Amino acid sequence: MKIGLPKGLYYYYCQKWLYFFKELNVEVISYDTTKEIIELGNAIANSEMCLSMKMFLGHISYLQDKCDYILIPNLQYDYKNQMCSNFNCLYDLVNNFFKVNILTFDNEKEIKNYLKIGKELKFKTKQIKKAYKIATIKYNKELKKIKLENMSKLNSINKKILLVGHSYNIRDKYLSEVINLFKKYNIEIIYSDLFNDDYYFYLSKELYWKYSKVNVSSVIYCKEQVDGIVFFTTFPCGLDSLVNELVMRKIDKPYLNLVIDDLDSLAGMETRIESFVDILEQN
Amino acid sequence: MGDYYVPAKYLLSKIVNADILVAPFITAKTIELGSKYSPDFVCTPFKYTLGTMIEALDNGANILIQFGGGCRYGYYSELQEQILKDLGYKFELLNLITNGKANVKRIYKMIKRIDKKFNVLKGLYYLFITIKMVKYMDKIDDYIRRNIGFEITKNSFSNLKQEMLNKFSLVNNSISLYIMYRKYFKKFKKIKINKPKDCLKVGIIGELYTLMEPFSNYYLEKELAQYNIELKRFTNVTYLLVNYKKINKKALKKSKQYMKYQFSADASSNVYWTKYLCDKKYDGIIHIKSSFCTPEIGVMPLLDKIANENNVPMIHFSFDANTSEVGIKTRLEAFYDMIEMRRK
Repeated sequence: MKIGLPKGLYYYYCQKWLYFFKELNVEVISYDTTKEIIELGNAIANSEMCLSMKMFLGHISYLQDKCDYILIPNLQYDYKNQMCSNFNCLYDLVNNFFKVNILTFDNEKEIKNYLKIGKELKFKTKQIKKAYKIATIKYNKELKKIKLENMSKLNSINKKILLVGHSYNIRDKYLSEVINLFKKYNIEIIYSDLFNDDYYFYLSKELYWKYSKVNVSSVIYCKEQVDGIVFFTTFPCGLDSLVNELVMRKIDKPYLNLVIDDLDSLAGMETRIESFVDILEQN
Repeated sequence: MGDYYVPAKYLLSKIVNADILVAPFITAKTIELGSKYSPDFVCTPFKYTLGTMIEALDNGANILIQFGGGCRYGYYSELQEQILKDLGYKFELLNLITNGKANVKRIYKMIKRIDKKFNVLKGLYYLFITIKMVKYMDKIDDYIRRNIGFEITKNSFSNLKQEMLNKFSLVNNSISLYIMYRKYFKKFKKIKINKPKDCLKVGIIGELYTLMEPFSNYYLEKELAQYNIELKRFTNVTYLLVNYKKINKKALKKSKQYMKYQFSADASSNVYWTKYLCDKKYDGIIHIKSSFCTPEIGVMPLLDKIANENNVPMIHFSFDANTSEVGIKTRLEAFYDMIEMRRK
């Protein structure tokens, strides 16, 4: 049995499922984003959708005949922890436009979701519960390790920048070609999605998006220690258009706002990054 | 938003003792101001409201009121406050709806500060009358939309409506409001129309703000009234204030085959309405939204699919601050010709 997990949007919020399926000996297929996948997505998507959404649809159409099931959760939390409204229509878009078997769940209680999906794949309750427990332990351990590693970069003597963006953008292999441009300048990159959402209140009182809260609190936490902040957005992201603008108006650090539409040529980005690094070194 | 400034002004003038500035109608200058200070790819209502705020502040207002909503709209107030403060204005911005619920405490405090003699019971009574007024207005608007395309003397509907609104703002209790409403409804029915039995019927759906603010959709409804079409629009303030949850639940039930989960803002009601219009055999559907409206963009492929399956033509309009009016007129004309040809 093969389960497809498209590497876009919710993939980075569903990491625990990878451990869970590994424990049950179910094969999970997902591919890194390529130019071909983006083109596939462009053919299906509405022209006004954001690049991340187009990439997601491309992943689905690339995966559709390579696996038995595709996992599409409907991530919804309470009113104070909302997701982008695109996340709500993923299931119905795929269900209406692709002929695939879909595994789906909506967030009530975590363990219930695992039981639901496990039973659909015809595993026994005992097996599922055991796999869930082991997956939780392994996932938490891994997460702790990555978080520590990310934090320890704050103490480095090199120049440091904080990279602010959604996980599905800054961790994507294809989009992060832009981020790799920083590497030759010997600069430490700190990822914003590995922080807790404790501090957002100091900057924005009414913020209600779950993962924007994490980004904003990372800015508050690292403000004193880093030399510059880079905002990394795909065009036209709804949340970032408002939240990033507010953050930019409230901080007094040098910042760079990278908005990515198409990655046809990196030359323009290269120039902007070069001049930004120059500013950092002069400070 | 459209003619709804009348009930809003009525409510405020009845309960507090302060000068109320009705915001001037939106003009091209408002939009220019708004888009100058807005972020790059924010949705269009942000630009409109920011522009209106700047104009209101220039006219001497010092308390601004903003509401929150389902999608990005809930976050408008905080950013707008910051932008206006950076521009050097001194004012207070009150967001009356936070986290999807009306913030009663904040509303009470605000009114108490403006007018110390404020009486809660009196306030509730006039709120009740205002909601009634909005309901009556929506009912009459519905009738007007169905018949305005067939009026014999031009502007007879809009003139009578203006007269009605003036009378509405003078009423004192709910009974006289009801009598006024009955009287004008009869008057509207007496207006002579030339309506064939099998006229063309078109439904308008889409994003809430763009539908209700006539300037932001370039007076699309006025434009449509020139053709011989019966119009149907679901979105109005009654829907927003009273029926929103009910319709969203109904939408999930009635259009099960297309959607399993609820979408944010008006998206799921739009799916339901599209299906409803197709089932009722309408001749065409017009879908309006502001550009970059995320919830609508997400369901647009779905709406297209429903319309295609039922063989009903559908046209999408996306309005931005600098859309050209002529382009819209041309597309509308072509759409009208097309549905007329299909009839034959």
